[in-house]
Amino acid sequence: MTDPAWISSALNAARPQAMGALLRYFRNLDTAEEAFQDACLRALKNWPQNGPPRDPAAWLIFVGRNSGIDAVRKLSRQTAMPDEDQISDLEDVEGDIADRLDGAHYRDDILRLLFVCCHPDLPATQQIALALRIVSGLSVKQIARAFLVGESAMEQRITRAKARIANAGVPFETPGPVERSERLAAVAAMLYLVFNEGYSTTTGEAAARAPLCDEAIRLARLLLRLFQTEPEIMGLTALMLLQHARAPARFDADGEIVLLEDQDRTLWSRKMIDEGLALVDKALRHRKPGPYQVQAAIAALHARAARAEDTDWREIELLYGMLERMQPSPVVTLNRAVAVAKVHGPEAALAVVEPLEERLSGYFYFFGLKGGLLMQLGRSEEARTAFDQAIALANTAAEAAHIRQHIDRLTKEADAHRVRHSAVPH
Amino acid sequence: MLYAILCYASEDVVSAWTKEQDDAVMGKLAAVQEKYAKAGKLGPVARLLPTTAATTLRRVKGEPLVIDGPFAETKEQFLGFYTVDCSDLEEAVQFARELSDVNPSGGSYEIRPVGVLNPVKATI
Repeated sequence: MTDPAWISSALNAARPQAMGALLRYFRNLDTAEEAFQDACLRALKNWPQNGPPRDPAAWLIFVGRNSGIDAVRKLSRQTAMPDEDQISDLEDVEGDIADRLDGAHYRDDILRLLFVCCHPDLPATQQIALALRIVSGLSVKQIARAFLVGESAMEQRITRAKARIANAGVPFETPGPVERSERLAAVAAMLYLVFNEGYSTTTGEAAARAPLCDEAIRLARLLLRLFQTEPEIMGLTALMLLQHARAPARFDADGEIVLLEDQDRTLWSRKMIDEGLALVDKALRHRKPGPYQVQAAIAALHARAARAEDTDWREIELLYGMLERMQPSPVVTLNRAVAVAKVHGPEAALAVVEPLEERLSGYFYFFGLKGGLLMQLGRSEEARTAFDQAIALANTAAEAAHIRQHIDRLTKEADAHRVRHSAVPH
Repeated sequence: MLYAILCYASEDVVSAWTKEQDDAVMGKLAAVQEKYAKAGKLGPVARLLPTTAATTLRRVKGEPLVIDGPFAETKEQFLGFYTVDCSDLEEAVQFARELSDVNPSGGSYEIRPVGVLNPVKATI
C-alpha cells in the first residue's frame, strides 16, 4: 500500500468525498481542486513513511482544508504561516477529525459535486469532461484521448466549463427532498451521457473510450451506495452494466460491428449481467417504474436470452410501449417498431415506422430499419432507396458497411432473378 | 478445524482499482489459495458482487422487511470469504496473513471457526 500506484488508487477512491467536502468549505471549484491536489501531494510524501491513514478521505479533507485556507489567506495578502506542525501531528488526531467531519453532509457533498457538473448552461460534452476531471480525477490527457481530441482543446473546454459554473453560482444550501431528487435526476442523466460517450460504435475508438463506461458505472455504484433505495439509480446502474456486459462481443475480428442478434453471447460478461439482473430485480420491488428501470428491464430480457431466438420480444414490445408513454420520442417508437416486427411481422412494424419519417429524416437507424422491413416485404426498389439514404447518414464506416451488405443482397437477388428469367429459352 | 476467513475492506477503495490492479491482486491471491488447495485444505471460496446489488431481509416487529443494501452502514464492507481446513488457529492466521500480504486494500480478515458447512453442488 506504500507503492505509488496503490496510493494513487486510494486517492482516487477518496476523491469524490474529499472534493465534495472541500467544495462545500471553499464554495469555489478551483480553490477546492487546488486544495485537494495539495493534500494529495502531501499524502504521496507522508503515506509511504507513516502508512496510509485509517480514513484517507478524512485525512485529505483535513489537510486540504488547511492548505486551502492558507492559499485563500495568501491571496487576500494576509500573513499566514504554513500549518506544517498541525499536519505532521495528524496521525494522533486522525480519529478525532473523522468524528468531527460532518457525516450527515457526506451524501449531499458528493451529490453537489456531481451536480455542479450538470449545470444546464453547459453543453453535454462539457458536462462530461468536467465530471471526469473534477469527480473522477482523470487527467486532461486521459479525457482528451477518450474524446479523441487534442489535449489543449480539452484543456480549453474544461476551463470554459469551470468559468461558466463560477459565473452561474453553485447551490450550497443543503437540498430539500424535492431539490435532492431533481439533482439526482440531473446527475443520473449526466452519468448516462458519460457512459454513452464511451459506448462507441467503432473498434478503433472502443479501446480508448471504454474507460468512460467503467467510470460511469463506478460513479453510478457510488451514487447508489449513497442513495440505496432509489429505484431509478438502480435502473441506471443496471442499464449500464447490462449494456457494457456485451462489449466483448460487439466487434468481430475485422473490427466490424456485430449486431445484438448476431453476437456470440458466450462472450458477454456474466459477472456484469448478474449484477445488472440483481439490480433490476431490486428496483422492480419498489413498484415505482421510471425510464431507466424500463430500459434496464429491456436490456435484462436480452441478457436472459441464451440465444437471440429465445428473446422475449412480446415483453420487450410492452416495455417499449411503457417507455413511449413515460418519455415520448420518435427514437423510442422506432425501437418499439423493431419489437413489433419480431412479434407481428414487417407490415405491422412498417405502419409504426412510416409516420416517423419527417421527424427522423436525419437518422441513420430509421432508414436502416425501414429498408430492412421493406426488404422483408419484397419491396426491393423502395428498400434500396431507404438503404441509400441510410448510407448517406451513416456515422461510421462500419454502419455504412453493414447497410451495403443488405444492398449487395438485394443486388444478388435481382441478378439471380434476371439469370433465372434469361435462362428461360426465348 | 474448518475456518471461514471473512474478507472486509472498503468498497470505495477496491472499486477504484483499475482492471490491471484488480487482476494483479486476484492473481496473487489465487497463488496463495493454490498452495492450500494442493494440500487439500481449501473449501469453497467466494468473491461477492458489490453491496449495491445486495438486499437485506430483517424482521421488524415480527414482520419480514426487505431492505435495499446491507443493513449496517460501515466504512468496510463484507466482500468475500474463504473456507480453509487448518489444524489450529496459528495456521488459519498464517493463511490470512499470506492473503493480506498480497492484498493492498487495507482491509481486514476475520478468522472464524465454522460450525456447520452444508455440502454445495459441485456444478456451481
